[in-house]
Amino acid sequence: MDWVIQTHDLRKVYQMGEVEVEALRGVSFNIQRGEVVAIMGPSGSGKSTLMNTLGCLDRPSAGEYVLDGETVANLNDDQLADVRNRKVGFVFQSFNLLSRQTAITNVELPLRYSSNSKYAGNAKGRRARAIEALKAVGLENRMTHRPAELSGGQQQRVAIARAIVNDPAIIMADEPTGNLDSKVGKEIMKLLLDLNKESGTTLIIITHDPTIAEQTQRVIRLRDGLLESGS
Amino acid sequence: MSIAQAFLEALESISGNKLRSGLTVLGIVIGVAAVIAMLAVGNGAEASITGSISSIGTNLLFVFRGSPESQQEAPDRSSAQNDRPLTLADASALADPFAAPSVAIVAPAIQGNGMITFAGENASTTITGVTPEYFAVRNLELSEGEFINQEHLLGRMSVVVLGPEAADAIMGRHDGIVGESIRIEGQPFRIIGVLEAKGGGAFGSEDNSAYLPFTTAQARLLKRNARDEVDVIFVQATSGETVPQASEEIANILRQRHRTPIGSDDFTVFTQQDFLQTFGAITGVLTIFLGGIAGISLLVGGIGIMNIMLVSVTERTREIGLRKALGARRRDILIQFLTESSLLSLIGGIIGIILGWLISYAVGQIAAANGTDFIPLVTTDAVALATIFSAAVGLFFGIYPANRAASLEPVEALRYE
Repeated sequence: MDWVIQTHDLRKVYQMGEVEVEALRGVSFNIQRGEVVAIMGPSGSGKSTLMNTLGCLDRPSAGEYVLDGETVANLNDDQLADVRNRKVGFVFQSFNLLSRQTAITNVELPLRYSSNSKYAGNAKGRRARAIEALKAVGLENRMTHRPAELSGGQQQRVAIARAIVNDPAIIMADEPTGNLDSKVGKEIMKLLLDLNKESGTTLIIITHDPTIAEQTQRVIRLRDGLLESGS
Repeated sequence: MSIAQAFLEALESISGNKLRSGLTVLGIVIGVAAVIAMLAVGNGAEASITGSISSIGTNLLFVFRGSPESQQEAPDRSSAQNDRPLTLADASALADPFAAPSVAIVAPAIQGNGMITFAGENASTTITGVTPEYFAVRNLELSEGEFINQEHLLGRMSVVVLGPEAADAIMGRHDGIVGESIRIEGQPFRIIGVLEAKGGGAFGSEDNSAYLPFTTAQARLLKRNARDEVDVIFVQATSGETVPQASEEIANILRQRHRTPIGSDDFTVFTQQDFLQTFGAITGVLTIFLGGIAGISLLVGGIGIMNIMLVSVTERTREIGLRKALGARRRDILIQFLTESSLLSLIGGIIGIILGWLISYAVGQIAAANGTDFIPLVTTDAVALATIFSAAVGLFFGIYPANRAASLEPVEALRYE
């Protein structure tokens, strides 16, 4: 099997003042390359913590995590940043675009931090790749617009273009349709699924919307920091 | 991320918030402008004073009565009662080419202030009793007429050579006045010459002066205790290089003549170098003072920048979180904010330099309008110093906010509302 994500007994403990809170209490699951997976669970189930861990934004307190062949559980901050840059594309509920920058500059941003010699110090190469990504999400006519001049759906498309620009191993989408009306939400879901089909990039969607979960191949359910189903 | 990119992003960020950026750099602008303007005015004043000292002649020496110490403690001559006065005989002894081979010309003089009158117009002026050598020693030029000569001196004649300013003051002009008669302290004098304008000097304007034969002045206007007493002896050395020898020779001759013990001279030999040294000490103090003001204003400006950068970091917490999520390392964020703070400060510095230059230009114009010959000088040194310092201030005061930004946890920062 070609696993893109392998976790074993992931645990995360937060120190909240005097009290220790266990957000993850031993989670183990694998995700195949190219798979579309939804992670669901009520608030407080450890959903966000799991997403942060899988997205390499945070380190687990204990356990194993192998992302695209790299053991990431014990990397330092800068190494984690590099892994995020190369292997993870984020799509956020609130888009998180830089409001002063144009769509194309926003899409270019991950390439600016890239250690890949293809993009480092090569402004033309970055621009060309960003244009490709914007074309892939159907925004080639909006490249020089700023976020304020774009609709919510268009903003999320820019964010998706930014997520795929560096050819990541996984795309982490955190409630990608949460701030959109249902019609636009459907379009965005379709775009994400199409991109998955075309490029084979693993798609992980964190959501509490069952209609979205229905469109995925597998649903991983969390409750109280433990896997309920979907392993 | 490369420095060029960081620079562009910083520029975008600064221009995206123009009013705030403008207010933030105001401290730096004012500080740098003040420093540039003050340095320019200081340099201009220095150049003007150094110029006027040089115009006296590099090989000129002054001999005053009284020891160097008493000159400093009590400059007015009356306190030096125990000191023997300088005399005409002293002056002629200095002119001895064997005892003082480095001395070229000797010109004794007595000086005082007096009223000059012409056709009901009064003016106060400096009255100097001189010998014919005086004009050569002081490099004075005539615009018309003649200098005081030996004949005038011996005949105690009532003749006067006027400076152009003094002539203007009472006659309204300074040409075609030779042969006219004016009154000095009520006594009639005939004008025999008018001097070329020389500009304001460091020791009062030579242009506002009336020069009489020494003997006439001594006998009728500037009475001294002894008939041959003089106030000051001007000495011209044979060249600029022989000034120290001349000074030594003069001191030796006067010590012998006044029979003073070694180390307690009752006279002072002043050279142009002494003036320049004294002046250098004054400008040194001034420079330290200006440096202090510069330091304080840059400190205050820097704190302003640090403050606004801290606000900016807090405001942009989410942006920092996002950048980190997209792969920005600690160093990338650090460089971004340091570039922004130093660029902010540098822009302030550049605006300050321009403003300071305008201020000094205005000061120069005002001075020119008031007839003072003085040009403020904005030196490249001052500009380079201001540029480097303002950038360094931004860098230094940006360290703490930038560090704070770089240390943010991506998870926390992304969640920040």
